[in-house]
Amino acid sequence: MTAMLELSDVSRQFVKKLDSIEKLAKKLGASVSESCVNAVDSASFHIARGEVVGLVGESGCGKSTLGRMVAGLLPVSGGTIRFEGVDVTDAASADAKTARLRIQMIFQDPMSSLNPRMKVEEIVGEAAVYHGLTTRREMSAYVAGILRQVGLDPAYAQRFPHQFSGGQRQRIGIARALAVRPEFLICDESIAALDVSIQAQVINLFQDLRRELDLTYLFISHDLSVVEHIADRVVVMYLGRIVEIASTEALFDDPQHPYTQALIDQVPRLGAGRQTYRTIKGEIPSPLAPPPGCHFHPRCPMAGPRCTRDTPVLRNDAGRSVACHLHDGGTE
Amino acid sequence: MSVLEVRNLQTHFFTDAGVVKAVDGVDFALNEGEVLGLVGESGSGKSVTGFSILRLVDPPGRVVGGQILFRGQDLAQLPASEMRRLRGNKIAMIFQDPMMTLNPVLRIDTQMIEAVRAHDKVSAKAARDRAISALSKVGIPSPAERLDAYPHQFSGGMRQRVAIAIALLNGPDLIVADEPTTALDVTIQSQILAEVQDLARDTGTALIWITHDLAVVAGLADRVAVMYAGRIVETGQTDDVLTTPGHPYSVGLLGSIPGHGQRGERLTQIPGMAPNMAHLPPGCAFAPRCFNADERCRTDAPGIEDMERVRQLRCHHPLTKAGGTP
Repeated sequence: MTAMLELSDVSRQFVKKLDSIEKLAKKLGASVSESCVNAVDSASFHIARGEVVGLVGESGCGKSTLGRMVAGLLPVSGGTIRFEGVDVTDAASADAKTARLRIQMIFQDPMSSLNPRMKVEEIVGEAAVYHGLTTRREMSAYVAGILRQVGLDPAYAQRFPHQFSGGQRQRIGIARALAVRPEFLICDESIAALDVSIQAQVINLFQDLRRELDLTYLFISHDLSVVEHIADRVVVMYLGRIVEIASTEALFDDPQHPYTQALIDQVPRLGAGRQTYRTIKGEIPSPLAPPPGCHFHPRCPMAGPRCTRDTPVLRNDAGRSVACHLHDGGTE
Repeated sequence: MSVLEVRNLQTHFFTDAGVVKAVDGVDFALNEGEVLGLVGESGSGKSVTGFSILRLVDPPGRVVGGQILFRGQDLAQLPASEMRRLRGNKIAMIFQDPMMTLNPVLRIDTQMIEAVRAHDKVSAKAARDRAISALSKVGIPSPAERLDAYPHQFSGGMRQRVAIAIALLNGPDLIVADEPTTALDVTIQSQILAEVQDLARDTGTALIWITHDLAVVAGLADRVAVMYAGRIVETGQTDDVLTTPGHPYSVGLLGSIPGHGQRGERLTQIPGMAPNMAHLPPGCAFAPRCFNADERCRTDAPGIEDMERVRQLRCHHPLTKAGGTP
């Protein structure tokens, strides 16, 4: 299998630098130091052409940071990102710039990602004209075609974003991404802000577009049932680290990592009747001071002494990868 | 015995663009210890219904008609001072954003003790003890120490627990919860749902759980009411409504939720979008989006009809009578 996108050991740290007073305090011997968050810690996975990969995790697990690095919106702190075999890690390089056109992102909030002073036609057409995919003269016809593709009436092209409902705005965001003929779409919580009935419309649109345009997706979401529905493979993150990668069937039918098991257990479902909610203890620890060893051990029902000591590595076994000592020699 | 009975509740907003009938004739009743899931999409009037019960609707909105009978007493007619005596005491509300409940510059203990003593002449010590027991009921570890913290020192999930604890302080008969877990992560959501389930069972508090998420209602509520454009279009036992929905809107809503059909299959979608509440179509508000609508639906608004058991439907062509899904 040739990978379209390949991430190896991609990391991202956010460091809070000391301000002048803190620097002075440090010189005088106070114990202040720069605080550092490992938002993404050595993430490695690949996405094949035509595949839909879901990236799930709770808030603060680093899934959006990872998506932004793939899109070239955030520089990486370490590791490499390859797109079609070409290293695009350095966002300023010429290779990265051409790749970035083929990778497009769709954001969560369509209102804050659309310029309120621009008409739909300009929002959708601007990048396509700039990159020479169409000319300013032919832009109207070009935009009309794209709008039709996402299920919007081309007559709306002269309107402003505020004249649309949330679902329509999200379609405009999708149209803008499609306007530069991308091959790879990153959807960062793209349907989280929409109503259920509108969500279904947009999910269906994503699937139609996948078929028609042969798109590959990285689908970032906290909503496991949406990911289960749309993705071929799922990557689970916890506190900056990937804890499990598996095909959707394998992951949902037989999750291996205790965190994945807990997550899937707790998704409210229809038709299950009145549920008694089984819960995992506690909350996500602060990423400023993550627990040593396996980050999940304070909440894990199966944790042993080794989990507090060693960091588990993501081991590939028969097509699925788990980072857990339970599957790697025990927790003692 | 029913704790709450809402009869033909109407809450309208008088805006420049016209009168918006956000809640337009809502009826339901709630028994002790019962959990009612009030479900609908944004703009369906579910939150306004909740706010109306607590008389918290701000101008230009106003409750213009109907009765809200709480233990036989009509809240809609109650003077403001009497209402204040009930609010936070016998009727409590939990909001989506706990920071709406919590004052950011006061410690938790100040806020909780204040809430107790506003309604009950007890010593500060007794109020503090009651606060500690409420916090431990909602699963906050070492509650006595946490009382001294400020709201910003809590995580989102913990803050929502504190808000729920405040709602529980005076042992209310009714809690109205407006999307309290929507902003939370799944693991935290299920912790809170588990605790709320236990509380309703143990204390006999009636609960109205307002949400857009049918899956949450499925696991929590005894009965469910589906709202569309200011009206309840279907109510019934949760299992009945979810397994054999009778209103085309409920059918569409259930079909829209991924994860119960085949993976990757197309979701059944409801065409179009929610109507503009200032310009509702004559007849059934759902008719323009309905697969089953005919001439009659476009001209006559359907009334609410009793079906078998406790089922009620507002539709000219209900689907359960015919004995099947479309």
